Amino acid sequence: MRLAFPLVVSALLFSLGVFGVLARRNAVLVLMSVELMLNAVNLNLVAFDAWWADALHGGQVLTLFVITIAAAEVGLGLAIVLLVFRNRGTSDLTDLGLLDERAENVDQPAAVDQPDVVDQPEAAR
Amino acid sequence: MNGVELAFVLLGAVALGAGFLVVTTSRIVHAALWLAVCLGAIAGCFLLLTAELLAWVQVLIYVGAVVVLVLFALMLTRAPIGPTPGASRGRVVVAATVAVATGVVLLVTLLAGLGGEVIDLEAVDVGGGEAVGSALFRAWVLPFEALSVLLLAALVGAIVLSRGRGDEDGR
Repeated sequence: MRLAFPLVVSALLFSLGVFGVLARRNAVLVLMSVELMLNAVNLNLVAFDAWWADALHGGQVLTLFVITIAAAEVGLGLAIVLLVFRNRGTSDLTDLGLLDERAENVDQPAAVDQPDVVDQPEAAR
Repeated sequence: MNGVELAFVLLGAVALGAGFLVVTTSRIVHAALWLAVCLGAIAGCFLLLTAELLAWVQVLIYVGAVVVLVLFALMLTRAPIGPTPGASRGRVVVAATVAVATGVVLLVTLLAGLGGEVIDLEAVDVGGGEAVGSALFRAWVLPFEALSVLLLAALVGAIVLSRGRGDEDGR
C-alpha cells in the first residue's frame, strides 16, 4: 500500500479538527474537534509504524499511549465543562473568558452585550 | 490500486466525510453521532495498516467510552436538540483560512518528503495482542508506568471536580 494514502487522510482530518476548534462555540464540540486532531496523529503514527516495519512497535505503542491520554483529557475536560455549566448556565465559549468563579459578575454584562448569542436563552433554560 | 488500497480509500473517505459533518452540522447531538462514525472508520484504517489490537482498542475506548461520555455531557449541559445557529460568518472565514493553510502545509510537507514510499504489508510484523504486549511490557514499560500515574491523577481530578461545593459549607 502506498504511504501517501494514510498521510493524505490524516492531514485532511487534522485540518478539519483545526477548523472545528476555531469555528465551534460549544465547549463540548471543541473537545470533539480535538479528538479528531488526535485521531489524525494516531493514523500517522500507525502508518509510519507499518512503513518502517518497526520491531519494537514504537508507533503502535505510542498510539496506545495517546488514546489513553485522550481518554483522560476528555474525562477531565467534560468534568470542567459540566462544572462551568453548573456555575454559569452556559457552555458557550464566547461567553466564557475566565474560569474563575469570582469573575462571574464582571463577566455577565459582556455576555448580555453580545448581539450574536442567539441560543443563550435556550442554553440557560 | 489493489484491494487493500481501495478499502483504505473508501474508509478514509467515510472518515473524512463524517469528520466534515462533525465540524459543520448544526445539530449538536448529530455531531457526536457522526464522530462515532468517523472514529469507527479510523478503526478500520488501523486494521488495514496491520494494527489489530489498536483497532479494537479504538472501538472500545473511542466509539464505546468517549462518544458516550460526550453524549452524556451534551445532555447534561442541556444542548438544544434542534438546529442551532452556527458561528458568525467572520469566524468561519478565519477558521477555514487557518484550517486550509494547515492542511496545505501538512500535505505539501508529507507528500514532498514521503509521497513515493510504499508500505510493504507482507513484511510487517502484525500488531496483534502478543506483539504489542511484549513490546509494551519489555521496551516501553517505563512510559507505561508513568501513564498509569497520569491516569490516577486524572481520576482523582475528575472526582474532585464533580464532587462540587456541597461539603465546602460543612467545613
